[in-house]
Order: sequence, then C-alpha cells, then structure tokens
Amino acid sequence: MGLTRREFVKLCMSSTMGAYLLSVLGPDFGNQLAFAADEKPVVIWLQGASCTGCSVSLLNSVDPPMEKVLLDVISLRYHPTIMAASGHLCGELLEEIARDYKDRFFLVIEGAIPTKDNGIYCTIAENKNIELTMLQAVNILGNAASAVIAAGSCAAFGGIPGAAPNPTECVPVNKVVTKKPVINISCCPMPPEHFLGTVVYVLTTNQVPELDRHGRPKMFYPKPIHEECWRRQFFDKGQFANYPGEEGCLAMLGCKGFWAMADCNKRGWNNNVNWCIKAGAPCQACSEPLFPDESEPFYGLFPLTNKQGVSYNEVIPRQTGFFEEPLKNRIRERKHGIE
Amino acid sequence: MVQKIIVDPVTRIEGHLKIEVDVEKGMVTDARSSGTLFRGFELILKGRDPRDACHITQRICGVCPIAHGTASMFCLDDAFGVQPTTNGRIVRNLIQAANYIQSHVLHFYHLAALDYVLGPDTAPFIPRFKGDYRLPKPVNDMAVGHYIQALTIRKKAHEMGAIFGAKMPHVTTFTAGGVTENVTAEKIALYKQLLAELTSFIDDIYVPDVLAVADAYADEWFSIGKGCSNMLCYGVFRESDEADPDGQKQLLKRARYTKGQFGSVDAKKITEHVKYSWYNDSASGRYPGAGATIPEPGKDGAYSWMKAPRYDNLPHEVGPLARLWANRQKDVTGLGEEKAFSVLGRHFARALETSVVAHAMPAWLDQLVPGQPAFAPFDIPKEGSGMGLHEAPRGALGHWITIKDYKIDNYQAVVPTTWNGGPRDDNGQRGPIEEALVGCPVKDPENPIELVRVVRAFDPCIACAVHVLEIKGDCEAKRFII
Repeated sequence: MGLTRREFVKLCMSSTMGAYLLSVLGPDFGNQLAFAADEKPVVIWLQGASCTGCSVSLLNSVDPPMEKVLLDVISLRYHPTIMAASGHLCGELLEEIARDYKDRFFLVIEGAIPTKDNGIYCTIAENKNIELTMLQAVNILGNAASAVIAAGSCAAFGGIPGAAPNPTECVPVNKVVTKKPVINISCCPMPPEHFLGTVVYVLTTNQVPELDRHGRPKMFYPKPIHEECWRRQFFDKGQFANYPGEEGCLAMLGCKGFWAMADCNKRGWNNNVNWCIKAGAPCQACSEPLFPDESEPFYGLFPLTNKQGVSYNEVIPRQTGFFEEPLKNRIRERKHGIE
Repeated sequence: MVQKIIVDPVTRIEGHLKIEVDVEKGMVTDARSSGTLFRGFELILKGRDPRDACHITQRICGVCPIAHGTASMFCLDDAFGVQPTTNGRIVRNLIQAANYIQSHVLHFYHLAALDYVLGPDTAPFIPRFKGDYRLPKPVNDMAVGHYIQALTIRKKAHEMGAIFGAKMPHVTTFTAGGVTENVTAEKIALYKQLLAELTSFIDDIYVPDVLAVADAYADEWFSIGKGCSNMLCYGVFRESDEADPDGQKQLLKRARYTKGQFGSVDAKKITEHVKYSWYNDSASGRYPGAGATIPEPGKDGAYSWMKAPRYDNLPHEVGPLARLWANRQKDVTGLGEEKAFSVLGRHFARALETSVVAHAMPAWLDQLVPGQPAFAPFDIPKEGSGMGLHEAPRGALGHWITIKDYKIDNYQAVVPTTWNGGPRDDNGQRGPIEEALVGCPVKDPENPIELVRVVRAFDPCIACAVHVLEIKGDCEAKRFII
C-alpha cells in the first residue's frame, strides 16, 4: 500500500529546508505511485489560453524524473505538446475518453478559459468539421473526470490572459467545472513538485488534499515567503537593497514576498538551483489570485539615479511592495474601464 | 479533383494551430494555416509600468519566454537610454543561450522526432499517423532511448539558465539595465560544469541523430518544403558593450539573403501587410513602430487574424536556417540552396546552430568578472520610445514600445511565427510556411504525415503569433487564422 494521508502529511511537515518533499520521498516515489494504482491512471491534459510554460515546467521535474512519470506512472493519453497524434486522431481520442472513461480519468487544465463570444477565442480541435472550443471541452470533460487539476496560475485564477482589461473574458477552471473537485496548483509557471506531489497524494489516498481558501493544497502554499525568507535577517536588521544586485531585503525593490503564499524558499526552482529572491529579483507573487494586476508594478522604489535632477519617486507615487493604495486604485479604475 | 485536408490540431508545437490544404493528384496545390487562440497581450500591456514589460511579455510563450524577455529588455534599454554593464550583457546572453539549447533539443527530440522515429506502442506515443517510418530498427531503438535521455538534457539546460535566471521558464532576474543576479566564481563554475555535459550531448548525440534521420529520409526530404527562399536574421548574442545600431557585434550578425543576394538589414524596411488579414486596409504596409491595428472581421477576401510581415515587400523565412544561411555558415551554405532550403535542411541547421552556440559560451563565461555589477541604474523618461531586435530560437523577434506619462502607451511585437506562418501579403505572395507546403506530396489523406513534417520543421510557436491583436468594440470573431 502507498502512504496514508497522515503519513504523507507527516513526511511533508518533517522535511527540512533543502531536503524538501520529493527528496524526502526519494527514488521510491514513482514506485509507490505505480504500486498504489492497480492500473496506470488515465490523464488528459488540455491547453487553453496558456503559453505552454507549465508543461515545460513539468518536464523539469527531477524526482521523480518526467520519463518515469510518463512511462511507468500515468497513462498520458492526451497532451497537445507531447502526444504523437495530430489532426482528426485528437478529436476522436477526446470523444473516446468522454464516452468510455467517465469518472475514471484525471483532467489537467493548463491556461485560462476564454468565455467571450462563447469561447471562440480558443478552439482546441476539430472533428467532423465541428470546432471544439476550450470552453466546451472543459465543460464536457471536466464534469466527466474523477478530479480536475488546474495547473498554473492561469488555470487556477485567470493569470496573465485574465489580467485587466481581460480582453477575452478569461475565467479560471473552477468557474466552469462545478460538479467535480478542482485542485488549484498556482505559480507562474507551475512548480512540477506541486503538481506531482498532488497527483501522488490523490493516487495514494484517493482523496483531495486539504485545500486553502484559494483551492490550493495547503501543504504546498503554507505561509508567506517573508516568514522564512532567505533575506529575512536583512529585513529584521533594517538593511534594504536600493538597487538590484545590492545586499539586503528586497522590500524597496517591490518584493511581494510579504503576501505571496508559497514555498519557493524551501523548494527552489529548477532542481533547487535558484529562486527569485535568492537571485535578487523581487517576488512577483505569481502564486496569488491577483497576479499580475495587484502585484504590479513588479518593482518598487528604484530607480534613484536622479540624473535629471528629479527623482522618479517624486513624480508619481510608488508602492513599496506592501503600501499599495495608489496601485489598488489604479487597478480598480482599470477594471471598471475608467481609464 | 481537388481534395481539402484539414489537420486540427497540429500537435507537438507550441500553441494551437490548424492547417488546411488543397490536394490534387497527391500533391498540395494551396495551403492556409490558422492559429486558434487569441489572448490580446498588447491590450493587456497598455497602461502598465514599462519596467514590467520584460516580465509580462515572457508569458507570451512558455517555450521561448527568455527571447521575449530579452527583446523587451533591449527595447526598454533603448527607451530608457541605459547601457547594461559587461556582466549584465553577458549574463543575458548566457540565460538566452541556455534556453536555445533547451528549445532546440526539445524541438528535435520531443516535438519533431516522432514524425520520423517510431515511438513505443503506449500512450502518449499512440495513436499516431501511419507513415513511412524508415529508420532501421537498431537506429530507431537508439533514437527512442535518446528521446528519454534528451528529457534530462533539456532539463539540465534549464537548470543552467536558472543559475543566473532564478527560474526557468519565466525568468525573474531580467530588468532594464542588466539583470538582478550577481556574478560569483561559484556560479560560473557550476555553469561551466553543466555546459560541458550539454556540449558533449549536442556533439556526440544530437547532431549525429539528426544526421542519421537525414540519411534515412534524404531522397525526398532534402527537397520538400523549399519555402520562399529569402532569409532574414536580426542577430543574436551581443559580443560588445559598445553601441551596435547595425547589429554587427554579435555572434550571429544582422543579415539577410534576398532573391539570391546577401545584404544588410534596414529595420525601416520592415512592414506589415493586412490585405488578407481581418484588419482595415488603411493600416497596411506600415512600419511596426508606427503600426495600427484596426480589426475588420469578415473583411472580404481575408482569411487570417495574423498580419503578413515583409522585408522590402518580400516574404522572408526566419529561424536557425535563416540565421546560419544569412551569416554564411559554411556547413549550411555548403549544402547549396537546393538542399539547404528544405525540411531536413531546417533540422540540420537547428542542430548545427546548437553546437555553434554551445561552443561560443565558454569564452563568454571567461569574460565575466565576479563581484562587478550586473545592473546599471536608469531613469524612466516621461515620454519615449524604443526598439529591441533579437532572435528567438525559432527566428527573428522585434519589440517596439512607446512610453507616455511614464506608462506603456503602445507595445508591439513582431514574432518569428508571424514571419513564417503569416498569410499572403498585399501583392498576393504566400507566407513561408504556406509556400513550403505547396508541392508537398500527400500519399494518404487520412494520414497526412507529410504536412506535419513540413510545418514542424519551422518550429512554429502559435501563442507568440496570435497575441498581436487588439480588439475594439464588440466585433465578433469567428475564427483566428494566422
């Protein structure tokens, strides 16, 4: 048998910095998965208003490696960027899945779902001269799946295509799929560890993990990055970077780590090679529902060169990452079309 | 009798693409390609802080976000009047070069190879089009093994980029004036280590595999997919800190090849045509920096939401083949126009370019100075404009910005797949992909594997191509065709 839910959560919680979830589960991760499921679970992956970045990010999974996931763990029947099939084969496949695998497959959605003009802004396949819009596909397949994973911030919250003024009226998956559980895996792109961690959790426990108020697995989005930030010591001592590249807390550069609920500080990106704040880049809060509108401008108080004898900051009021009333007003105006 | 074949979706590319061809006596006589996703990036960018452009535009495409980020940074540098430091310039090159390796390896093994190599009989390798998979079994088995190995290699290329980019895809260290990440000896060493591993894969496995495929498919596929035979390259990988308005101080220089003649590039000769696109004709033939987008859905005779970019009123192909050919790289020009301008010629040039870039990188690493700044401060002008010319892995990429009242007033991007996949222009000339499809044989209309081979060799990126559209009022769009 695989892990019980309690054991799994315990494992997650007992993991220390640098030896995060997947490294704790180690090389047996994939084996447990294969063992837990009698047959390889069928996974259908659709792309809506997306950039394919989350698929690319998933390929960056190190432990378990993607080749193991692809060949041994899941049966990825449909993925526009990976599958061999093209053309009419694709529409036929989707038909077959909806008909023969009702309530027995997982649906993964990458990208937001355009709803304007009946979703005509994104069509994903054509079968017998009928074009299938993303909106229709998610409606049909989403409500036929056993569970739905919204992979990445666009699918979870609308993300970039849903940013003001939201030209194609993009909505997140849980606005379309209402009859089945939807698990949101946010961040831009989606961290592969969170996706596979969620898959292993669902397969081993046959349950949806505990979700936070934004529908994300609580275990992966535990608290604001700021609380255990690698630059926290600078903040406590009042040392702030004034320019990119300077040592210090990045608050003045517009860092949103104060309200970004994510575990980048523990997990790191790309096999834990680096992550934004470590690399001197202010956090953009890409994990949050209001990314990007409310985490913009991404930068805070710099530049301060004063070459023209006038500071940029005096010209227009700037936010410093968390004092952001002017920005909020601006966004409100934009959303209501005042500008 | 003319038979219409529709392939929708064309998978294993970035984005949503449909192609439609007319076939007569087993041969394509006409072709149209359609992108089926529209997001409206330019509309989203308007009114935002200009500094954020190099992050928002990365989300145009998750396969080549680094190219969009870099073009956008060049554009902002230009508008702000800031010169990046030496470290900043080189680190940008290194992040982009890491993604070139990632993108080219991904394209050959995971996107294109399954048109030539027979995958295992399990999802996601079945179902597939039936076709002439010609590799001898031992070679085929080895190629499948390399498909798996290449997954690790492209992942390592991303790890290498993340050393300076924080995360891949969607780099956060990019900023006007340089990058936020500092250069340390340790990071250089780690980068070198990964680069050595990748270089040996490229030289010992990737290039030989492409040659093996080329060998097996040489009789037909070195002649199918000729295209428009004009090549355009904006230039990529800056090798000097000095101002370089002509794009000549780069690893691959700004150059073109038009009607059999090599020549220099004057950005002002780039125009966008809309006669066959659903836009008002009054905006046709304009320079992108002065571009206007006035939609006119249902316009008579139009069949595309993409404009048709032209250089000097002629269609030009962009991408690795165009870059190496315009730069007169000997191995590519040595093939001669007949063989080089073909489906296999494009794959060969892409592999060769990966090797050229990988071997140029160690010198850049040696030029980095640990401890020196990678960021140069700047002011944002109240009003201004800028241009950034760059090369994405899949071809020439240009960004244009206009700033008004410290905010983005207008942002335009002309991307590789508009060059390659755009529709006919005002003079009725087909776009390069359409042109390459004409004359392509189709043996079995139920399994049109030939068509997807031609299209995939261009490495199209549709999310990039169909973002450049502004919608006004309540115009109703029926379909979005490139």
